[in-house]
Amino acid sequence: MEFLRPATWDEALAAKAEHPTALPISGGTDVMVELNFDVHRPSAILDLNRITELTEWSSDGATVRLGAAVPYARIIEELSGPLPGLALAAHTVGSPQIRNRGSVGGNLGAASPAGDSHPALLAAGREVCVEAHSVRGSRLIPIDEFYVGVKRNSLEPDELIRAVRIPVADGPQQFSKIGTRNAMVIAVCAFGFALHPEDGTVGTGIGSAAPTPRRAVEAEEYLRGVLAERGLWESGELLGPEVVQRFGELVKAAASPIDDVRGTADYRRHALAVMARRTLTWCWNDYRKQIRSAA
Amino acid sequence: MSTRTIAGQKNLQKINQAAKDGIGGSPLRPDGTLKVKGEFAYSSDLWHEDMLWGTALRSPHPRANILSVDVSEALKVPGVYAVLTHEDIPGEKYYGLEIADQPALAIDKVRYHGEAIALVAADHPETARRAVKKIKVEYEVLTPIVTEEQCLDPETHGYVHEPHEYKSHAYGNVCHEQKLVSGLGVTDEVRALADVVVSGEYEVGMQDQAFLGPESGLAVPAEDGGVDLYIATQWLHVDRQQMAPVLDLPLEKVRLTLAGVGGAFGGREDLSMQIHACLLALHTGKPVKIVYARDESFFGHVHRHPARMRYEHGATRDGKLVFADCRIVLDGGAYASASPAVVGNAASLGHGPYVIPNVRMHAIALYSNNPSCGAMRGFGAVQAAFGYESQMDKLAEALGMDPVELRQLNAVTQGDRMPTGQEIDAPAPVAELLQRVKDMPLPPPLDLEHLDVRTLPGALSNTSHGEGIVRGVGYSVGIKNVGFSEGFDDYSTARVRLEVIGGEPVAMVHTAMAEVGQGGVTVHAQIARTELGVEQVTIHPANTEVGSAGSTSASRQTYMTGGAVKLAAEAVRHELLERGRHRYGWTQTDLSLVGGKVVSASAGVLIPIVDLLGDDAIEQTREHHHRPTVPFDKETGQGFGHVQYTFCANRAVVDVDVELGLVKVVELTAVQDVGKALNPLSVVGQIQGGCTQALGLAVMEEIVVKDGKVRNASFTDYLIPTILDTPPIPVQILELPDPHAPYGLRGVGEAPTVSATPSIVAAIRQATGKALTRIPVRPEHLTDTL
Ligand SMILES: Cc1cc2nc3c(=O)[nH]c(=O)nc-3n(C[C@H](O)[C@H](O)[C@H](O)COP(=O)(O)OP(=O)(O)OC[C@H]3O[C@@H](n4cnc5c(N)ncnc54)[C@H](O)[C@@H]3O)c2cc1C
Repeated sequence: MEFLRPATWDEALAAKAEHPTALPISGGTDVMVELNFDVHRPSAILDLNRITELTEWSSDGATVRLGAAVPYARIIEELSGPLPGLALAAHTVGSPQIRNRGSVGGNLGAASPAGDSHPALLAAGREVCVEAHSVRGSRLIPIDEFYVGVKRNSLEPDELIRAVRIPVADGPQQFSKIGTRNAMVIAVCAFGFALHPEDGTVGTGIGSAAPTPRRAVEAEEYLRGVLAERGLWESGELLGPEVVQRFGELVKAAASPIDDVRGTADYRRHALAVMARRTLTWCWNDYRKQIRSAA
Repeated sequence: MSTRTIAGQKNLQKINQAAKDGIGGSPLRPDGTLKVKGEFAYSSDLWHEDMLWGTALRSPHPRANILSVDVSEALKVPGVYAVLTHEDIPGEKYYGLEIADQPALAIDKVRYHGEAIALVAADHPETARRAVKKIKVEYEVLTPIVTEEQCLDPETHGYVHEPHEYKSHAYGNVCHEQKLVSGLGVTDEVRALADVVVSGEYEVGMQDQAFLGPESGLAVPAEDGGVDLYIATQWLHVDRQQMAPVLDLPLEKVRLTLAGVGGAFGGREDLSMQIHACLLALHTGKPVKIVYARDESFFGHVHRHPARMRYEHGATRDGKLVFADCRIVLDGGAYASASPAVVGNAASLGHGPYVIPNVRMHAIALYSNNPSCGAMRGFGAVQAAFGYESQMDKLAEALGMDPVELRQLNAVTQGDRMPTGQEIDAPAPVAELLQRVKDMPLPPPLDLEHLDVRTLPGALSNTSHGEGIVRGVGYSVGIKNVGFSEGFDDYSTARVRLEVIGGEPVAMVHTAMAEVGQGGVTVHAQIARTELGVEQVTIHPANTEVGSAGSTSASRQTYMTGGAVKLAAEAVRHELLERGRHRYGWTQTDLSLVGGKVVSASAGVLIPIVDLLGDDAIEQTREHHHRPTVPFDKETGQGFGHVQYTFCANRAVVDVDVELGLVKVVELTAVQDVGKALNPLSVVGQIQGGCTQALGLAVMEEIVVKDGKVRNASFTDYLIPTILDTPPIPVQILELPDPHAPYGLRGVGEAPTVSATPSIVAAIRQATGKALTRIPVRPEHLTDTL
């Protein structure tokens, strides 16, 4: 097995072009586990840890450009203002050790349906995109096109993730995750939710309840419609229990979970409905407080 | 951080501290700091020049005939030194703790998922793993026999072991059974005596010991044709006894030394890689190390028996128990391991610490194509406790009684008889333990207005800001035996040597006791200090150069090997004092060794030990046998079967998110009688650890087996409690001496593991109103989404 250690991003892209089967390693919290369990025997490992720009983030006030290797611990520390949903998701990842090493780039690279970044990224808006680079150039992959199958993403063999572009939150965001113990647990299922008052939309993300992370499209449309038709964005009135209930049902209907050792499909659907209702309620309460204090 | 209140510490202080850090003190463990710093050498850290790495090929099928094994391609891999199958075994092909029914390597068939078929030794672990993949096995895959119904209908579903292969009293896929009847038994006439009858069916999932140090060891071939094995185990001598016939070596040519053990909990009572490493070492003439990977570890040791139990209890209107009936079916898996003894415990302890005039019990262990099950902390008493304690709550409800009062009303006390007819001839303060645990202060009530959401069930993952949270409180008590039962003489041996080193008297304690983390070595030094009045004690590495210390299990080591150290130290003291009497003509009968000196209560200090000893060393070896027991009668279950009983009572306070089915144990209180706390800090640690393992069984720990296949052989999916799942565990200790035991002590390690699980389930029931007849309780049980 070859061990490639490029010093610069260009060298990394060149190495990936030359060794398309090389397995990139960033925090290594997925890669090393899989090597230990003998899941992979990659021909080569491409270590990205010398490339410092991957661990940097920047913001122009509207969009955060999050370097692929920025660890969860720093997302919590530095980005809970502009990216509250992702920061909440980061909170729930593993243990302190894992949060110090693990990254959103790695979560996207692994593209596990149970990855905790995904529901938060999906909820953050359709403008979220993954910056994929190769020696051929770079492209922006919209988050809705990124997840293509169980642990498969839409990167080409010669591409690497440089960063993720995420709009700065324009409203309250929440993230909830179910695990059967109180820490260090892979999601039985998870849900991300965001209100986007600027364009009158809402965002959702379902984790661990379908072959890929996915959004609950009908639930989003339903809620967008209700909020607009009833003038709730402006009034900040209560949503009413039937709206919350219906939203939960639609989120539940959007999932297509399986029975596995971590939980039953029925439980996952049930829990998604509960999380959807609760996160919507929390976000809406926060939103109401915001507009009332603004008024 | 939670604060741990250790109430009851006060009643631990009245201890006659003969020597600094003697018994009753809490000197720090010699291995503690090393372990915390990551510097402790575990068996997986062993290394030898020129050593090879061994690994095993394991069956992917729970039940199959092996049509052929072709190792030729594996042998061609550069760096491979040996590939062995059962055909290469020089001696006996079968071994076992109680029944030699397990082949050291599979012969013509496999009986469980993960059974070892062939071994490879290579110059690098990766080479060995690659070679294993080149071994070609042709299987005829058979439908596994996995459910109770399938096992008990062998005519339809087949036999796990052909009946002509049975090496014990097994019949029809039943590995072992024990019946018990006392009083009038349970008949319709007896049932008619009860005003209230409750019955229930209960199920316990397969728990794993989940020790963190994987099975590992190093076998070094010796010039005399024998082998030296450095090994993490629970009982060196019983390993050797099983290994030697397979290796075709006399016992004395199989020498074992204990290596650093990373936890055990029963999972190292059976052999794992011991024979395999030695076979490879003797075959290649080179040292061979084997370290299991984590997934292999889940296949490489036995687990706690899953159980299906049916209980029926009858009581008078005022709560006095009239009868109890029980059938316990334990799934023993493919090989016997410790199943017979587990059945004996389940049968004899399975009605709990209660006075019940009429009792019936039938306990069996099945042979199946599920993973083998054997020893785990609590050993047959854990499963039953979930059953009888659930029944006590059910009965209390049916009677409209307080569940603690119902238990107290029926609790055994000294002088009562167990259903086996055995009189409890030592303190049995069951009602008092319950009273004390009830009287301990409760944690502050749930305050949904001012809460830190991180303390809620699941809320570190932001599942609730207070929605759906309900608090519940539950109580339980349990009984466990200490030491090996049913006529087994599990004696311990200790050698103690006293000599002057560097101008100071130094004691050396040599035993074969496996220190698995329980703190035995600390206690041995404390005993030597107390008995010999010295400060310096050296603990000799545990090995087979000294006699057996028995197993580090059954809560027995402080009692048994601690007792042996006491006897040997007393013998050394006796010899030393005799020497003084002879030399100086002392006539006092009130001599003792204190602070490095010979002291007479009446005449004061007589002489420093160093002066009396001079250049001599005094060495004594003693065996410690507990009082004899007898096997239970096969049909009636009657007999003086147990050495000692131990009791613990618990109270659990839980918060449940009743909508999401998530549970957080808020506090788990324990009150236990330990007879005498030789090391109070260790005692509290054992009780807290035992409670935590019980918590794991209550709410998360289970090896999920489907059609005989293990689905979660990793710590990703076999969940054990983290520190954030572990609540404050206030512990109160009683010290009511047992007149039959050294220092009056009582084994400590298992009672809380037996008793704590039902209290947690009771608390969840109170919060949710659900019946909860299966553990671990899953979110699905609480949300009707199974
Ligand atoms: C104990 C433990 C607990 C965990 N808990 C959680 C949890 O709660 N939630 C959760 O979501 N995950 C969890 N994980 C999984 C893991 O930590 C996350 O998926 C993490 O985000 C991976 O990041 P990493 O930087 O370590 O990735 P790596 O392991 O380095 O890489 C992961 C994958 O991404 C690819 N990759 C990495 N960087 C790039 C890049 N720049 N371009 C293209 N491909 C790339 C790699 O080739 C690999 O396929 C846990 C893991 C462990 C060991």
